[in-house]
Amino acid sequence: MNSKGISKEHMEYLKKVRMRKTLILVLRLFLLVAVFALWELLARLKLIDPFITSQPSRIAETIARLYREGKLFYHTGITCLETVIGFMLGTTAGTLIAVILWWSELLSKVLEPYLVVLNSLPKIALGPIFIVWIGAGPASIIAIALTISLIVTILEVLNGFVSVDGDKIKLVRTFGANRLQVLTKVVLPSSYPVIINALKVNVGLSWVGVIVGEFLVSKAGLGYLIVYGGQVFQLDLVMTSVLILLIAAALMYQGVVYIEKILVKSGKHSAH
Amino acid sequence: MGAIVEVHNLGMKYHSLNGEITALRDINLEVEEGEFVCIVGPSGCGKSTLLSIIAGLLKPTEGSVFIGGRPVTGPGNQVGYMLQKDYLFEWRTIYENVILGLEITRTLNSHTKEYVLKLLETYGLSEFRDKYPNQLSGGMRQRAALIRTLAVNPQILLLDEAFSALDYQTRLAVEEDIHSIIKQENKTAIMVTHDISESISMADRVVVLTKRPGTIKKIYSIRLTCDRKTPMSCREAPEFRHYFNNIWKDLDIHV
Ligand SMILES: Nc1ncnc2c1ncn2[C@@H]1O[C@H](COP(=O)(O)OP(=O)(O)OP(=O)(O)O)[C@@H](O)[C@H]1O
Ligand SMILES: [Mg+2]
Repeated sequence: MNSKGISKEHMEYLKKVRMRKTLILVLRLFLLVAVFALWELLARLKLIDPFITSQPSRIAETIARLYREGKLFYHTGITCLETVIGFMLGTTAGTLIAVILWWSELLSKVLEPYLVVLNSLPKIALGPIFIVWIGAGPASIIAIALTISLIVTILEVLNGFVSVDGDKIKLVRTFGANRLQVLTKVVLPSSYPVIINALKVNVGLSWVGVIVGEFLVSKAGLGYLIVYGGQVFQLDLVMTSVLILLIAAALMYQGVVYIEKILVKSGKHSAH
Repeated sequence: MGAIVEVHNLGMKYHSLNGEITALRDINLEVEEGEFVCIVGPSGCGKSTLLSIIAGLLKPTEGSVFIGGRPVTGPGNQVGYMLQKDYLFEWRTIYENVILGLEITRTLNSHTKEYVLKLLETYGLSEFRDKYPNQLSGGMRQRAALIRTLAVNPQILLLDEAFSALDYQTRLAVEEDIHSIIKQENKTAIMVTHDISESISMADRVVVLTKRPGTIKKIYSIRLTCDRKTPMSCREAPEFRHYFNNIWKDLDIHV
């Protein structure tokens, strides 16, 4: 049906859909504003204690102060950078190791129980070990973020590799494909959605790793500000850092979704 | 004309923890150049195994296969394989799918590209060359899969229930289509099917296998009196029923 051939009922229907969308957007914004307004109001009326709960105006002041002191972008930047490096390394290394394990069935069988056990270990417990080995700095924090996403990436991607339809592999083998060609022509492109999905999960995991790492190392970053603020009872600083963290994490997730869209478009992969 | 495919005393055993399965025993078969041979047999009798061995994907445990007088040791580009589903890769365009074999055999050059484009042109797919598989109908996809197989210019085509995933209407049309393409390109074909009618209407000879372990029970040379040699018109031939009943009895299907 072309644009001219739209019936009146259909126009009505489209209008309704659009109205509903607008309504949802307005309500969402309203909810956000309302929560902050209520928070501010309760604090001003002294119904809650801003010393413990902080309040939006004090958060705004804190952000301005951090900005003036040049700390805002410094701490936010460090945390974001550590997270990006952590999940990029975790996804890349995880995928590479999955390729190696796919290649050697013997190796993958030998390592299987160890991977399963390591996967169930809360990786954060390794934090102090990394700090002793690598030193109390960004390298340790990245190491924590990386280990959190590494094992689960290996397991997920390897699982994706081995569940590629055997007949697709048979097809390329009929053309005389060697193992490397089976990998590049069938296995990797088929597992594209799995890898992208791992990337998405790993962003979230890396944030956890980085914040915990910054708690432990306590030198810089949003995690450090949160811990420091808590220790000196500056809830304004804590709330501000959490808020910035929230925004940064949401933006980064949207970034990954955007990258996914570009990749899917260029690969034209109708994932199933 | 000599035999292009020779199968000598072929036997195949599979080993698994549950024991040993003899899939094929004492298979002897010769296929002439340009011939269309169909293999029918009960489920699990080793038809796919036989094709895989001829294609060089599996090593037989006994006997040997010769193609053009030379023993088969592994997959080579003298044999093209078509599977039950088209297995067009959804992340590649039709053109990119069709040149897959050329990429793998590293024979993609201006000469072979031209050949592929000609095939797409001849078989009505050139306007779809930049489309993705999910934008094509089942019949067109199967045709694209055939062109992908033909692109590496194999002498012999192996078809393993290549049409069974299609609905009946499409299937009749695609049978017709593929049959004429194979004849036109002057290829030798060995096709496995469950459909007795399909085998009689398409083949020059029908090989009937026994239950597992698969051995050759009978070979029928199909001679049908039909003016146009297309599978569709051959279904109307008076001898059709006669072949059908015999093969049906040979297969000994109990329901
Ligand atoms: N890789 C394998 N390992 C063990 N047994 C196998 C293997 N492949 C096939 N078989 C067995 O060998 C026998 C023949 O298998 P094959 O797939 O060749 O039969 P088929 O005639 O093609 O069956 P269908 O009509 O169902 O396609 C079957 O009983 C099957 O269980
Ligand atoms: Mg089979």
